[in-house]
Amino acid sequence: MEFFTKATSFPFMSTRKVWYALSLGLMALSIGSFFIRGLNLAVDFTGGVQVQASFTNAVNIDAVRSGLERAGFSEPQVQNLGSSREAAIRLPAQTGQTGDVIRARIDAVLHAIDAKAEITSLDVVGPQVGDELTRGAIGALSATLALIFLYIAFRFHTWRLSLGAILAVLHDPILVLGAFSIAHTSFDLPVVSAMLAVIGYSLNDTVVVFDRIRERFEGSRRLEPVAVLDQSINQTLSRTIMTKVVTLIVVVALYLLGGQALKGFSEALIIGILAGTYSSIYISSAIALDCGLKAEHLLPTSVKRPVDDLP
Amino acid sequence: MLEFPRWKYTLVALVMLLALMFALPNFFGTDPALQVARKSRLPMDDFARQAVEQVLNGRAAPFRSAYVDDGKLVVRFASVADQLKARDTVNEAMAADYVSALTTASRAPAALRKFGLRPMPLGLDLRGGLYLLYQVDVNGAVSQLLESYDQGFRRTLAGAKLPFNDITTYTGGKSSIPNALRVALPAGADVGAVRDALRKANGDLTFSVGSGEAGPTIEMEMTPTQVKARQDYALQKNITTLRNRVNELGVSEPIVAQQGIDRINVQLPGVQNSAEVKDILGKVATLEFRLEDSQNSAQEAKQRGRAPLGSKLYDMDGRAVLLKRELIATGDQLTNATSSSGNEGPEVNVTLNGQGGDSMLRNTRLNVHKRMAVVYIEKSRESRMIDGQKTVHDVTTEKIISLATIQAVLSNQFRITGLTAVEARELALLMRSGSLSAPIFAVEERTIGPSLGAENIRKGVQALVIGMLAVFVFMALYYQHFGWVANLVLLANVVLLTALLSMLRATLSLPGIAGIILTVGIAVDANVLIYERIREELRNGVTPQAAIRAGFDKAFSAILDSNVTAFIAGLVLWVVGRGAIRGFAVVLTLGIATSMFTSLMGSRALITLMYGGRRKLDRLSIG
Repeated sequence: MEFFTKATSFPFMSTRKVWYALSLGLMALSIGSFFIRGLNLAVDFTGGVQVQASFTNAVNIDAVRSGLERAGFSEPQVQNLGSSREAAIRLPAQTGQTGDVIRARIDAVLHAIDAKAEITSLDVVGPQVGDELTRGAIGALSATLALIFLYIAFRFHTWRLSLGAILAVLHDPILVLGAFSIAHTSFDLPVVSAMLAVIGYSLNDTVVVFDRIRERFEGSRRLEPVAVLDQSINQTLSRTIMTKVVTLIVVVALYLLGGQALKGFSEALIIGILAGTYSSIYISSAIALDCGLKAEHLLPTSVKRPVDDLP
Repeated sequence: MLEFPRWKYTLVALVMLLALMFALPNFFGTDPALQVARKSRLPMDDFARQAVEQVLNGRAAPFRSAYVDDGKLVVRFASVADQLKARDTVNEAMAADYVSALTTASRAPAALRKFGLRPMPLGLDLRGGLYLLYQVDVNGAVSQLLESYDQGFRRTLAGAKLPFNDITTYTGGKSSIPNALRVALPAGADVGAVRDALRKANGDLTFSVGSGEAGPTIEMEMTPTQVKARQDYALQKNITTLRNRVNELGVSEPIVAQQGIDRINVQLPGVQNSAEVKDILGKVATLEFRLEDSQNSAQEAKQRGRAPLGSKLYDMDGRAVLLKRELIATGDQLTNATSSSGNEGPEVNVTLNGQGGDSMLRNTRLNVHKRMAVVYIEKSRESRMIDGQKTVHDVTTEKIISLATIQAVLSNQFRITGLTAVEARELALLMRSGSLSAPIFAVEERTIGPSLGAENIRKGVQALVIGMLAVFVFMALYYQHFGWVANLVLLANVVLLTALLSMLRATLSLPGIAGIILTVGIAVDANVLIYERIREELRNGVTPQAAIRAGFDKAFSAILDSNVTAFIAGLVLWVVGRGAIRGFAVVLTLGIATSMFTSLMGSRALITLMYGGRRKLDRLSIG
């Protein structure tokens, strides 16, 4: 079986304005939603109480909610989790109360509804933890991008590719963030690790294309950059898509079978892998081209021009 | 002819053999188990094992097997019901000498264990348990030190008969001089003499002379290095104390580790909803031994609402008691404490260190027939909402737990009575495990039920198996024989990764399982790069064997560069990340490394075996 029996020759570079516009539009939408709607941050970030409970029969969410309100919890959020017999409860931070006290109070509410209800997990997170997490995540992201910028600049001898890679890579987590903001899906710690993994995947594709660009230029330094970039992307296209199909197979398996705890994680990966595939095909090389990428940037050591002006 | 050096074949075979060995224990699964240890912390031996077995057999509590591992006895059971029954039996019959904890044990044969081959330990999200993140009040530790300097300076100046108005301490950067003491002197005081006396008492502080409202002042500041050293000391001491307390409680495979600059992360597998555990872990308590002030009337002091100089007023069950401020000994000077039941009810047997013993000897010899009090001091932190603002303040409760006439001269060993059995046991545990040198409070607390943990692991493994099978089918259809090579390599990669994680004793968590699943994607990628390259070469009309060679060689730089960039991303996550993020990053980073090995070495070895020997090769089965 083979999907790409003929070598493709899509004109990625000449149409790049279209893809830029599409990316900018999607990013504007994501950033806009991020600032207007915000993220549905999980207790990992906001602090508060997160409870998972299982019941013997399908549970009436409204009964749980009103029961919690009667028990003195303000603004309880209750929703079904995976099945109708499981519920997730989220409460704002309970000042001065330890997990045991909160557990006992919630237990009382749940047992009034179902005598065999059971709390399967209970998280109490202080607000100061969340601030640190956010700072830590931003720090990790910056450090990763800086190191990768340096590595690509070192391996390919030009900052132009580095910039293309970094910009294309930044594009992907922004879209994930936007999707989570628009859908208002709970944004927790595993989602952050998924976003950082997405960066790894997206880079992977981008670097494979860059590698091919270098190889083409090594073959002949007289080629037009536009042609080299187009050919490189086209030649690696079958690999890019194949790899992503396989990765998506496992991630979709994770999404469908991995259970509630990995739902957000696998959603972020699916969106991020799609965005990453797009950005490494359409964006990263195009940016390098607009930065003035030429053959000699990639092959600086072998630049030994014949001295023309001698007789 | 394709060539692949013999040493590389050997290397691949050897690595895979080792990997299989290390990965093997993970495939046996686990049984519910009970871990039994000696309270004295001496290692368990076969004699102790027989004793426990006898008790279990005697009370008809069935078990599968029992063995001593790492100084602790592990008893495996067929079911959780058996496990719980055995725990109750051991607790009833042997609680005096042994402490037991619920745990899980691998079903792997004993031979594997003897070679040090063990399964990966499971994280709390996969086995259930209690996770606590404590914030250590490191500034509190600094102010405690300053308080003790304050006391010392007062004694020094009083002893040298140098008059002073007051000594104030400043901590935590709330004033212009953070972490300092200020001595206010009356006008015309001999500043030089006071300074010299203070410097002699404590030369570490930075001294400076100024002038206050009433007269000259001397300020003594702690340098930032000293402050940092004190904070680090407090943190390390607290970690040691928490470790001791966790060990006393009998939790199997606990983790107590520093996190960041002022946090301690405690993970207690198998512990469920245990208010008692948290209560004991976070308790800041100490003991003080003091003499009763019999020269002054306690009743009078109570009426005036003020204790005479050098004494402190206490309330003991409604009765006023005056104690001298001077300490005979403190809980820090305890070297051991055990609880037992004596003639006068429950008691705590205390052993003091040399310094404390000397002081006790000296004081009791001079004060026979007078009364000595044992004061129990507990510090806790309360937060209240005041005008919508959350304020936190520390509360110190001091309670006289016994006030008894000194019958004879005491030295370093004596008994404390007047407690209930539970109080005696808890007090002994707290004293034995050492005091917390700074208050701690939980900023994060997570409990995961065992059933949820079991479900997480089941679903994670299911996703891994189904995902891999789907990839196998796809690869076999798309790349035919080469696809099967890739599939074998994928499987080898999962085995190698599992082996590496087991060797490193890395804890497997749910994000870790997700990481293994994603590694499948990464491992496939390298093969796809090679195969697509081979196809490309074939399309260009190259002979099959040359295409294979060119495919591997030309794909190498792409595989290297793309993996190194992904590796960098993983490594940063590993270093910076915590908890869930780190668990994921560890697996991802190692997975990238193992996938490089399996696809470059393993894959090439297999393909060379398949096609390398043939002189004539017309076509490749690459789809």
